Amino acid sequence: MTDISKDQVKHVANLARLAVTEEEADKFAKQLSSIIDYAEQLNELDTENVEPTTHVLDLKNVMRSDESKEWISKEDALQNAPDKQDGYFRVPSILE
Amino acid sequence: MALLDHSIKQLEQMIHRKEISAEDLVDASYNRINEVDDQINAFLTLDEENARNQAKQWDAASDKEARLFGIPTGIKDNIVTKNLRTTCGSQFLRNFDNPLYNATVVDKLQAEKNVNIGKLNMDEFAMGSSTENSSFSLTRNPWNTDHVPGGSSGGSAAAVAAGEVLFSLGSDTGGSIRQPASFCGVVGMKPTYGRVSRFGLVAFASSLDQIGPITRSVEDNARVLEVISGEDKMDATSANVDVPSYTDALTNDVKGLKIAVPKEYLSEGVAPEVKDAVMNALKVYERLGAEWEEVSLPHSNYAVAAYYLLASSEASANLARFDGVRYGVRSDKAENMMDMFKYSRSEGFGEEVKRRIMLGTFALSSGYYDAYYKKAQQVRTLIRRDYEKIFENYDVVIGPTAPTPAFKIGENVDDPLTMYANDILTIPVNLAGVPGISVPCGFSGEGLPIGLQIIGKAFDERTVYRTAHAYEQATEHHLKRPQLGGAER
Repeated sequence: MTDISKDQVKHVANLARLAVTEEEADKFAKQLSSIIDYAEQLNELDTENVEPTTHVLDLKNVMRSDESKEWISKEDALQNAPDKQDGYFRVPSILE
Repeated sequence: MALLDHSIKQLEQMIHRKEISAEDLVDASYNRINEVDDQINAFLTLDEENARNQAKQWDAASDKEARLFGIPTGIKDNIVTKNLRTTCGSQFLRNFDNPLYNATVVDKLQAEKNVNIGKLNMDEFAMGSSTENSSFSLTRNPWNTDHVPGGSSGGSAAAVAAGEVLFSLGSDTGGSIRQPASFCGVVGMKPTYGRVSRFGLVAFASSLDQIGPITRSVEDNARVLEVISGEDKMDATSANVDVPSYTDALTNDVKGLKIAVPKEYLSEGVAPEVKDAVMNALKVYERLGAEWEEVSLPHSNYAVAAYYLLASSEASANLARFDGVRYGVRSDKAENMMDMFKYSRSEGFGEEVKRRIMLGTFALSSGYYDAYYKKAQQVRTLIRRDYEKIFENYDVVIGPTAPTPAFKIGENVDDPLTMYANDILTIPVNLAGVPGISVPCGFSGEGLPIGLQIIGKAFDERTVYRTAHAYEQATEHHLKRPQLGGAER
């Protein structure tokens, strides 16, 4: 049985930029443990020397020329923003 | 016969003969929605004014030559539509009213003069198998409103089954087109990975996601896929492979077709009545001159575990963009930037989305990457090889789409693993990147539809359609309609 601790859950939540309550951390610890436990079945398979699949198509670098073109205006880009000022996205202070 | 019960081809002829107009079609669509959508809740957003104006505009032009002239269409709400709210079923995007551009598929439909009726409900960010994870409303199965429509494209399948639109677009990461098509008794196609541009599809798991059509018939499905397929400069993962005609492939001839039936797809987890329906379908193929044999896809049982690690890992990266800065909802609790990210995401995302972001972040985190993420990628290779090997000797693989007919609303919501197991027959197809379709192949004792899944070689949608069409034409399952209230039916 894999055990993901409440502290691990809080660490992962921080990496994922999620705020979790104590109650949620408890619940996620149990659920993630059981999902990871289920995933452990992959260890039944010998995958030594098996190439990982990152992508099914045999794609090499897809290149295009670096040319500017008409796309969206600054006004358009800002129109869905929760907060904006003087043509910029506005966010709370970054420094404490 | 209701207007929207005709095929796209029939409607095209009626347009050409001036018997009907695009406005008539759009009228029929909104009338039907007004009659039945409060019973099934397929739509999140209707775009009636624009749709009616568009129909008028198409009618006003003298040129009526277009592959989808006036055809009422529903779009899954994770496909962006310019200036039309696109929520992905998430509270995070509840105010995302002004997307800045159309997805490539939407532009391609518009180039063939379709009419977009509205946006369809879905599990939040396409994470789910029942549409119960939508943060807005519950969509119900038109065949029995106590049951789920499947998911994540539950609204897309329900709207077509209920006759509200002629076709819809869905997206399929682990079965999200095929499973709801199966549950709602309609035709749902997940094309080969790379066949259809993903530009404008809000990304869930980028190496697995594909957009595809949901329709009443195989013929309609083939026509819509012809329109939306092809390489796109805006999606570097769209494939540089010629798009053949799919409608030309519908020859009704499957003599000598070699069908592989994986024994893992008819194992004890599959309900007896689903198994019976599939066996009956195989008898139909025998009668039509095709041959089938039992085969093994030995790594099938590992697909769900590999999928949840891979899809969640990709999702954890893709959903990092929802930060409360450029669009979507920002928490008003935050006093600094870090808290703004955390509170906005925690308030905006539902439980399943958070769970998968957490799982993915864990699988990618330092110390666990090799054990989980890389391991799952290696297992993906084994699953791909299983299919490659089978396709050396067979034309298609056939089995059920889902292990059971549509389950009851609320039945599986408390247990993530049971819900995940629902996708056991569809997930391997996404991992292998090959095309798969679900077509109606019967009904359960309770009168709920059962779907037959036909899987083909990469970029061989033609054979998949030919196989599906021959079966459909030899049977009558696709002609049955759900009994919802409303005047016409």
